[in-house]
Amino acid sequence: MTVSAVLIVIMAALFACGVYAMLERSLTRVLIGFLLLGNATNLFLLVVMGRPGVAAFFGAGDVEGMSDPLPQALTLTAIVITFAVSAFLLALIYRSWQLGQADTVVDDAEDIALRDRGTVEEDEMDDETSIEDEDDDVTSDFIGTATAPITVLHHRDLDGIRDDAPTDRPRTSGPGADGGDAR
Amino acid sequence: MNTLVPLLVALPLLGAGIALVFGRQRRVQVGVSVVTLTLVLAISAVLLYAVDSSGQAIAVSVGGWPVPFGIVLYVDRLAALLVVISSIVLLAVLLFSVGQGAADGDDDTPVTIFHPSYLILSAGIFNAFIAGDLFNLYVGFEILLVASYVLITLGSTESRIRAGVVYIVVSLVSSILFLAAIAAIYGALGTVNIAQLAERMSQLPDSTQLVLHLMLLLAFSIKAAVFPLSFWLPDSYPTAPAPVTAVFAGLLTKVGVYAMIRTETQIFRDNDVNTLLLIVALATMIVGVLGALAQAELKRILSFTLVSHVGYLVFGLAIATPLALGATIYYMVHHIIVQTTLFLAVGLIERRAGSTSILKVKGLMRAAPVIAVLFFIPAINLGGLPPFSGFIGKLALFDAAAEVGTPLMYILIIGGIVTSLLTLYTLMRAWNLAFWREDDDATEETGVVDRISYLGDAPAAADEGARRVIPRIMTATTAGMVAVTVALTVFAGPLYSLCASIGDALLTPVTLVQLDEGGGS
Repeated sequence: MTVSAVLIVIMAALFACGVYAMLERSLTRVLIGFLLLGNATNLFLLVVMGRPGVAAFFGAGDVEGMSDPLPQALTLTAIVITFAVSAFLLALIYRSWQLGQADTVVDDAEDIALRDRGTVEEDEMDDETSIEDEDDDVTSDFIGTATAPITVLHHRDLDGIRDDAPTDRPRTSGPGADGGDAR
Repeated sequence: MNTLVPLLVALPLLGAGIALVFGRQRRVQVGVSVVTLTLVLAISAVLLYAVDSSGQAIAVSVGGWPVPFGIVLYVDRLAALLVVISSIVLLAVLLFSVGQGAADGDDDTPVTIFHPSYLILSAGIFNAFIAGDLFNLYVGFEILLVASYVLITLGSTESRIRAGVVYIVVSLVSSILFLAAIAAIYGALGTVNIAQLAERMSQLPDSTQLVLHLMLLLAFSIKAAVFPLSFWLPDSYPTAPAPVTAVFAGLLTKVGVYAMIRTETQIFRDNDVNTLLLIVALATMIVGVLGALAQAELKRILSFTLVSHVGYLVFGLAIATPLALGATIYYMVHHIIVQTTLFLAVGLIERRAGSTSILKVKGLMRAAPVIAVLFFIPAINLGGLPPFSGFIGKLALFDAAAEVGTPLMYILIIGGIVTSLLTLYTLMRAWNLAFWREDDDATEETGVVDRISYLGDAPAAADEGARRVIPRIMTATTAGMVAVTVALTVFAGPLYSLCASIGDALLTPVTLVQLDEGGGS
């Protein structure tokens, strides 16, 4: 089986970047990491196809000179799946941002409480301690700089939050309980 | 008979489409979902009967492509049995959620998307069970995962988004690993058909086989929540709505175990990682149940015991004798049903008592004797008390391990017994506190609660919500599932002999010729 070295190098680079980006705390970067990983895997499928040849149509040429069509079919399926999942992730990121004005992976406050058990007095083990820690861990370019376009206000600081998105509310507080459809 | 097989996947997908069209009419949606899943249950029962009585598996080439180029759907006794069991579970949980939705006026879950997502989840589960090639298995996994992403973030409240993000990112990584493993396997062997892979795998050098083997196992272990890849499960499951947790707990990890069984017994017969699997199984059992001990919230306790009991399945798979595989299948059937039933019972407790923390709930024995019975029976079943199916399954597993008789096997047996006792202890402690403790709390003076006061720091130990009425349909569904768990014990003989015949057949590889002729033993 002969394969293009360029494809392999690109694939390796995409895998590396994808894993790196996916380890970030910012959800947008996780999404980018996922896209890179998905594309790397698609390239992998193309690499295992072997030497490219004539399109695999019946009667288009000699069977020996055709590309292997199966990896192409698999790649197409994988692309569609990646596409659908990224769309869902985008919606999730939007919702996460809407709720907390941040797109970061949030620590479980209960996990932190459990970790600190024994070293911290019980009455200090409320959410505030964990929030302060949390902001230190945030790795997004938009946070902590003077020109930050996004101010991180956790949902608990309710005064600062403007949730003016018209939908996504349970039915009791308005129309459109079905996830954004207008009536 | 062959035409029935694709319907297992096609019907739920069609139903999902129809349910989405009738998004505004809740009754139509409910009707469509119930009818679809009932039809699938009937079809799978017919298939199981046909496959079992003829002794021949059914293979269907979708779209008329010749084997091995097209997609092959392959229904043997194992696939048919699991499809029957999962459609029973899916139908029961659907009825439970219908009851819950009707009582709550569907305020906290969007009506439109629940039923379509649920049906797509079913389609993905069935597709994974009857997949005859690795890529179709991947597609089945993706279908069920994407549907589960939607279900676990239903209503998109803050806690569900947080838990959902963990679940989704972990699942994405495992999917990418699985796809990369498929690409590597295709590069090495030029096929993704499981039967053809089984024929060709021995041509590869051992080291290459090992790499491919471990890649697949890693991907499946994440989905099956095998220690140390199980950390995501107790974090993400408890926040989902009760019916969703019930169906996830019963079925999703088992699909991962099923994929492990297929790869171990069919594809990598010569490549042996059983010692590794045994050690991992021991760690899964012990760590899982120790996690359960430290929890005060019922859904979290159950999530940890779920992880712990996946260890038994891996244990049985790693013994790798026909006897052990038969016992594994029986244990899997038992665990799907019992775990789902327990989560449904906890759903009832949550509504009745307004909380699922065992430190908050009390006096339910007097207040709700029906729920007490519905929780008690599956709880002692999961704990492995005779004469219930949990005891039969564990006994069969230990028996198969003792037959092999190596020192490691005996360590695993001891680990299994300890896990079983600790499970029983955890669940009985929950039972004592939630049900037997009197409402006026006289026991607190005697220090029962003080002695376990460390549980006060456990996650969600102080959560309390509103008490709500329990519609009769929810109790009835849970009672029905409890009846099924009892039936597993009553009909243990025929069921176990079916599982034993599956175990015997699993180690003989399916050949391409058999697929081509539309079946095989």
